[in-house]
Amino acid sequence: MIRVFFAEWRKLRRPVLFFGTMFAVVGFTALITSLLFLMIDSTRGNGREGQIINRLTLELPHGLSVGFSSASGFLGLIALCIFASQTAQEYTHGTLRNLLVRQPRRLTLLAGKFLSMCLFALISVILSAIVSVVFAFALSGKAKVVTTAWSTSAARSGLMHTFVNVLISVIAFGTIGMILGLLLRSPITAISIGVAWLLVVENILAATVKHSAQWMPGSMATTVATGGDINASYSHALWVLSAYLAVGVLIAGFFFRRRDVTN
Amino acid sequence: MPLEARELAISVTDLTKHYGERAAVSHANFDVPMGTVCGFVGPNGSGKTTTMRMLLGLISPSGGNGKVLGEPISDPAKYLDRVGAMIEGPAFYPSLSGAENLKVLATLGGHSLDQVQVLLDRVGLGDRAKSKYKTYSLGMKQRLGIAAALLPNPQLLILDEPTNGLDPAGIQEIRDLLRSLANEGTTVFVSSHLLAEIEMISDSLVMLRQGEVIFAGKTQDLLLQQQPTILARSEDPKDLPRLIQIAREAGHEGSIIGSVAHILGPREWASTLNKLAFDSGITLAQLSPVLPSLEETFFEMTGAGE
Repeated sequence: MIRVFFAEWRKLRRPVLFFGTMFAVVGFTALITSLLFLMIDSTRGNGREGQIINRLTLELPHGLSVGFSSASGFLGLIALCIFASQTAQEYTHGTLRNLLVRQPRRLTLLAGKFLSMCLFALISVILSAIVSVVFAFALSGKAKVVTTAWSTSAARSGLMHTFVNVLISVIAFGTIGMILGLLLRSPITAISIGVAWLLVVENILAATVKHSAQWMPGSMATTVATGGDINASYSHALWVLSAYLAVGVLIAGFFFRRRDVTN
Repeated sequence: MPLEARELAISVTDLTKHYGERAAVSHANFDVPMGTVCGFVGPNGSGKTTTMRMLLGLISPSGGNGKVLGEPISDPAKYLDRVGAMIEGPAFYPSLSGAENLKVLATLGGHSLDQVQVLLDRVGLGDRAKSKYKTYSLGMKQRLGIAAALLPNPQLLILDEPTNGLDPAGIQEIRDLLRSLANEGTTVFVSSHLLAEIEMISDSLVMLRQGEVIFAGKTQDLLLQQQPTILARSEDPKDLPRLIQIAREAGHEGSIIGSVAHILGPREWASTLNKLAFDSGITLAQLSPVLPSLEETFFEMTGAGE
């Protein structure tokens, strides 16, 4: 599996993909964190979905990681696109046959690819955390937010918890992308369906069907990133998300293992 | 005398692949001896690529069984590290360079990265190693595919149409490369539409038609099975109809093509024809028994030209 991991990493580290993605991660995290602090007095809200996050909240120990967790949805979408395209392009380029001739144990191939993409996701999450913290400290003065509590062990612990939760959430989004890539075998189709579901269908369902949000995979992945929210508790979100992923992985793994490779 | 299993690089028995009602490959039986070049020929859609895919574990047979390098095709992990393959044309990542593409595959297969430049030089891509794959011509892509197949220093090389898109010089280079690999002990199983090339390099041949093996054996044996032709040219072209008449009276069909009489008959009958012509007052300027080419044999056996 280690050989698959490094082979996949060779593809993931190509400059256009790697630096392009990381540049987007830095830019979006900086934007989200900046809006959080610079629009602190805005009546239209400074947080996700128009939420108002006031000074009192930001001055708490976990206030340091609010910007970071707010960027998790975007990080998740990036992960979904990367995992889906890296998986489905093996079909569209016809390169899957090259890989399977060298690693005929298909589930090992899949696991190695997945771990390599998880490393990619980990780097993006680390970068996002760093940018978010740097921008939070840099803009706290301008937003008149007192940062004394951010230097405590509670703040460091909160940041670490948020980091783990965001990482779980991002990898969950990526796994959804990989499952779609395996089943649909086309990067464009997999990404289109994945993004449309997460951004459009889930929101429509949440607005029209009561309590549906707490059973939606995208919504639950976002809830995990924030450590629980008004939609659902953290443990509920984690269980629902795990169930979706387990079923998806089983179905995709079954088809990948059994399906003839004819292109 | 039948070869023992350990002397066979490929051995398939009743290998079958169905897609719904349609049989892409039907009860195929053939062996490929170790260290030989075996041509795999048949019209488009005759099941060549499907057979190769089954040998490489990419698709599962519907029936029958096979062995590659002594291991069952149901467990490709046991032999694929000793097999190099290019199936249905080259396939690589467009935004990676040729060298980087090979490094991905070398890493995956656990092969030395030092091999990459050596192989790129060997297939004539050394100076374009750093160019992106998407900028390669069809011939260059084909060469990269062959280099990738050679990465594991394979005991068995399975190549599907390796000369597609190559110019005549490139075709000759690949022919020489395959021959030299065979001389070094590598078994080469190669499909191609260029039957003249196959005839030149292959020791044995597997011929498919509509999913069924219609010949499997030595190339020379196949050609010897065919009706040989005697080409005769008379000093006076006006004598050719009379020469054809003489041949027919002796039980051999013939026809005139251009200024040459083509008479069906075995090599040894040429001297008899010469004597009969002389007795009839016809002086022959040329008399040469020839075997039909693989291409002529192919068209006759597969009906592909019809």
